[in-house]
Amino acid sequence: MSNYSMRRFKDRLALWIGALCAVLAMIPLISILYEVVKNGASTINVDFLTAAPGVIGQAGGGIGPAIQGTLILVGLTIIIGVPLGVLSGIYLSEFGDNPVGRVIRFLNDVLAEFPSVVIGVVIFTLIVLTFRSFSVIAGALALSIIMLPIITRSTEESLKLVPNSIRDASMALGIRRWRTTLSVVLTTARSGVVTGILLAIARVAGESAPLVFTILGSQYFFSGLSSPMDALPLRIYRLALLPYPYAQAQGWGAALVLILMVLVVNIGVRWATRGRLYSRRSRP
Amino acid sequence: MSNRLSLQKLLQGLKHPSSDGFFRYGSLAFAGSVVAIIVLSLVVLVQGAFPALTKFGVSFLTGTNWDAATGFGALPYVLGTLLTALIAIAIGVPISVGIAIFLAEMAPDVIRVVVSNIVELLAAVPSIIYGLWGLYVLRIWVANYVQAPIQGSFGFLPIFSGTSYGLNFLTAGLILAIMIIPTIASISREVMVSVPTSQREAAYSVGATRWEVVRMSVLSYSRSGIFGAAILGLGRAIGETMAVTLVIGGATGAFALPTSLFKPGQTMATILVNQLSEAESGSLQLSALLGVGLVLFAIAFAINVVAQVLVWRVLKVQGGAVE
Repeated sequence: MSNYSMRRFKDRLALWIGALCAVLAMIPLISILYEVVKNGASTINVDFLTAAPGVIGQAGGGIGPAIQGTLILVGLTIIIGVPLGVLSGIYLSEFGDNPVGRVIRFLNDVLAEFPSVVIGVVIFTLIVLTFRSFSVIAGALALSIIMLPIITRSTEESLKLVPNSIRDASMALGIRRWRTTLSVVLTTARSGVVTGILLAIARVAGESAPLVFTILGSQYFFSGLSSPMDALPLRIYRLALLPYPYAQAQGWGAALVLILMVLVVNIGVRWATRGRLYSRRSRP
Repeated sequence: MSNRLSLQKLLQGLKHPSSDGFFRYGSLAFAGSVVAIIVLSLVVLVQGAFPALTKFGVSFLTGTNWDAATGFGALPYVLGTLLTALIAIAIGVPISVGIAIFLAEMAPDVIRVVVSNIVELLAAVPSIIYGLWGLYVLRIWVANYVQAPIQGSFGFLPIFSGTSYGLNFLTAGLILAIMIIPTIASISREVMVSVPTSQREAAYSVGATRWEVVRMSVLSYSRSGIFGAAILGLGRAIGETMAVTLVIGGATGAFALPTSLFKPGQTMATILVNQLSEAESGSLQLSALLGVGLVLFAIAFAINVVAQVLVWRVLKVQGGAVE
């Protein structure tokens, strides 16, 4: 074989190995979607979506409290996490070009990659042990800490895309810096900021590790902010630990509901922002 | 701008409050919450782990027992975390780099868009769903097609001994590999895209094939960034919890020592999930579990700092515009 055809062969080979790697990585996603839909679809009906879990060991019951719990938890997390994250992002983008900003940005990136289980342990020690009760508040705090760095980063990156001429134009009208930032810069970057918030919500809605030791899980519907509550990821975990066939079917059903919630947000956001470049590290 | 200068400005802002100064330092207070959270976490964990750490000293890290009678040692869980993460890296990194090269340098536009979207969706699937799939699908596959043949031929070797249910270190490592591929692949791809075009053109102009361009210009230029991406993946693998909890089998004490690929075990993250919510308040077990949390915190922090420095330096300095 001549030198040239050998080099050409290597080039082809590299292409096919690369393609093979891509195919290998896609197999799990396809298998997960296939299994979740195949096993979950037959479980889902109105009763399953609204009823409380039945007696353990007997078929029947549903995931009503889990769906309600996830919605409550995500709502509370948004209330705490979004303002915190957006204001932090504003600081880093508008005033963060100094050593203080760089340190915060660095630690923010570190916290964004931090294991969520450790955050759960910290909140467990700080809130659950102190107040001697598993609580919704503890769960919402843990999820807010997970959400904060994601939103901070996506907000900062969105605001940085706003051209300075827009800031200058506003300032030239005598509008104060804070007003310019909130009403002009933030409004201009609105779609990027909202995208980041939505992706962060999808991420925390699927979190389960920190919930095990904060809201604990429950068989009942919401009964106050200072008591345990159920949530979808947690319900899937508890069902997976049970040895009964009905529990396996319900687990797949709950997984289908959760994956629909998460993927609809993700695909929706990607579709809405298609063509526009989205920041590299705001993925969950 | 020096430290002193910004401190001066900070003091000035505090002395002369205006709506702008208020806004600036108000938002700084929010941004500073990140620092507060990390410091507070460290303090809380050290304080909680203190009784166990002082009682067992170094043997907390080298001991293998895990009960109130004989004491608590975290060695099996530390090793379990390292083994599963290493399996994940060994399988995940080559595949991720292959995907990154394919997407950044070789694939036609249509395939590039489709594949990169699918890979990103893989990152969005919640951990617990990977766990459920691992428990009901991957575990069976590992038991039938990996474990059975290997044990059939090499079952006499201690590293392949173990139970036949598929709940073991290998399954845990495999599911971690699947979970970290999207992270490593997409960051490696960005690092490769940020390699200046002039580098590629230089190689093309002397007649290099596409693969030679990748090897000479792209890979050598982006080596440290890819390394950073792999470290970031390692950090994810070490902290990943729920998926591993469902497939690793949950042994404790000396039984959890990773002496065989096909043995049930435990990682630092999974023992926290399995035991923390039931540990009695004020007990030594609770303190030992918080000690495990502290070790996990320290390892995760160190890994992420290294990864951020590597990835950050490459993307911010070389690339300029990251996209």
